[in-house]
Amino acid sequence: MSDAVAIAGVTRTFATGRGPAVTALQDVSLTVAPGEFVSLIGPSGCGKSTLLRLIADLDQPTSGIVSVFGKSARQARLDQDYGIAFQQAGLLPWRTVAANVELPLDLHRVPAAERRARVAELLDFVGLADFAGSYPDQLSGGMQQRVAIARAFAEKPSLLLMDEPFGALDEMTRERMQTELVRLSAETGAAVVFVTHSIPEAVFLSDRVVVMSPRPGRIREIVPIGLGPGRERGEALRENPAFYAAVTAVREALHGDGAVPVGVENR
Amino acid sequence: MRARIASPLAVAWPPVALAVVAVAIWQGVVVLGKVPEFLLPAPGAILGDLLAHPGLIGSATLVTGLNGLVGLVVGAVVAVVLAAVAAAVRFFDRMSAPIVAAVAVVPIVSLAPVCYTMFGAASQQPRQYIAAVAAFAPVFLTTLRGLRQVRPVHRDLMTAYAASGWQATRTVTLPGALPYLFSGLNVASSLAVISALVTEYFGGPRDGLGSLITSAAATSNYATAWAYVFGAIVLGLVFYLVTLALEWFASRRA
Ligand SMILES: Nc1ncnc2c1ncn2[C@@H]1O[C@H](COP(=O)(O)OP(=O)(O)OP(=O)(O)O)[C@@H](O)[C@H]1O
Ligand SMILES: [Mg+2]
Repeated sequence: MSDAVAIAGVTRTFATGRGPAVTALQDVSLTVAPGEFVSLIGPSGCGKSTLLRLIADLDQPTSGIVSVFGKSARQARLDQDYGIAFQQAGLLPWRTVAANVELPLDLHRVPAAERRARVAELLDFVGLADFAGSYPDQLSGGMQQRVAIARAFAEKPSLLLMDEPFGALDEMTRERMQTELVRLSAETGAAVVFVTHSIPEAVFLSDRVVVMSPRPGRIREIVPIGLGPGRERGEALRENPAFYAAVTAVREALHGDGAVPVGVENR
Repeated sequence: MRARIASPLAVAWPPVALAVVAVAIWQGVVVLGKVPEFLLPAPGAILGDLLAHPGLIGSATLVTGLNGLVGLVVGAVVAVVLAAVAAAVRFFDRMSAPIVAAVAVVPIVSLAPVCYTMFGAASQQPRQYIAAVAAFAPVFLTTLRGLRQVRPVHRDLMTAYAASGWQATRTVTLPGALPYLFSGLNVASSLAVISALVTEYFGGPRDGLGSLITSAAATSNYATAWAYVFGAIVLGLVFYLVTLALEWFASRRA
């Protein structure tokens, strides 16, 4: 079976109005196996969102190749092989919570009865069943983000792309969502590429943590997290010495050159 | 977040109180100062005239109102269709932009005399066309802006879902543009009424508010002229408030 994501020698430069072009990513290579959970961590501006957008075919590399399930990123997008949650929730303000979650099913002409059942299931998953009829502007930022997460899961994608989806959540909801996400991705066998600023979050969720450095954005180190398969990860893991050891390993990789990177939470 | 909506009574009483005081002062000045009627009739006299023949004033208001409404609807429909074309076809946009800018600044009523010769002096059409042209520009400009205002994250979402062009239009572009359309309509509604009314000053059947204001003034029936002016004020307010309500309704979730 081909890799869920295969990135080979990818560089992305952005031409800016006057000044020199910005190299958001330089010579990045990474593969993600089917069902594997990979987190991207690194200081602000190191190209995490850019890398995710390349995988999603929302942007194209300046050079190098991105393939998803053995196809071009474009073909994978057209085949709807991935679900995505953006850094901003990006809900449609004129649709109710339920209608927002329903959006991809609606666009892909899933029958109405099936749609309704799936939406109920997803809202349960993110704990918003009581808010099905509310509008996004009636929800807190964290609740909006949960709607976006439910929407990303709507079509049971075999690849999930998530850009700091838990950034706006309170610590308790965040840990609950992490546990749920790890369970769900293990159950559905979905591969996940997950962007985060939190080291413990990356460690708790991932099979491997990709540590990036900025200007130009590169992969500094890939830290394997040997904490066992996702379905066996529970709250107890957070207190496990192996967990702390992995947190330390990622922290050292991040701080490799001695400088303290900006924008990375050390909690 | 939406502001808390105050009770209608709390919103309404200050301006009503102000109006009552202003009318009382007006009445006092006219009566005590012995102001000649052609300069400014007393509110009491105007009210007397309103009560004397409400039917006449009502039917004149309806005639002008209908012309304004027809103009508003026609102008708005054409504007929305052309804005959609301009949003979709770059070339058409570049071609039409200067023309629309010109239409927006030309005092449309200056066309009125020409229109009466074109469509005949017995017809309501010149009034409706002028109102339509006046309503066109604000609706076109705001709708076009709204259609261009798709948020990047929504555009990305549609790309990610491999939505077709029409699906993206239906799901994000049109709903996002709706509040813009209605705010354009709100501006256009006043323009349509004013244009329909002012066009009557230049000729045509003597049945609308504009025609009757000129006739009453010409025959020294000043209180009657002012009673028709009162009808025009009510008409303008109705158009404004109805479109304002539509705008509020459309933008409450955007
Ligand atoms: N469309 C664009 N045009 C120009 N420069 C861009 C564009 N998108 C990203 N960049 C630049 O590329 C670099 C990486 O941006 P990116 O958004 O991928 O960072 P990030 O790692 O996601 O940061 P954060 O953690 O703050 O979200 C930044 O220097 C940014 O300014
Ligand atoms: Mg980012």
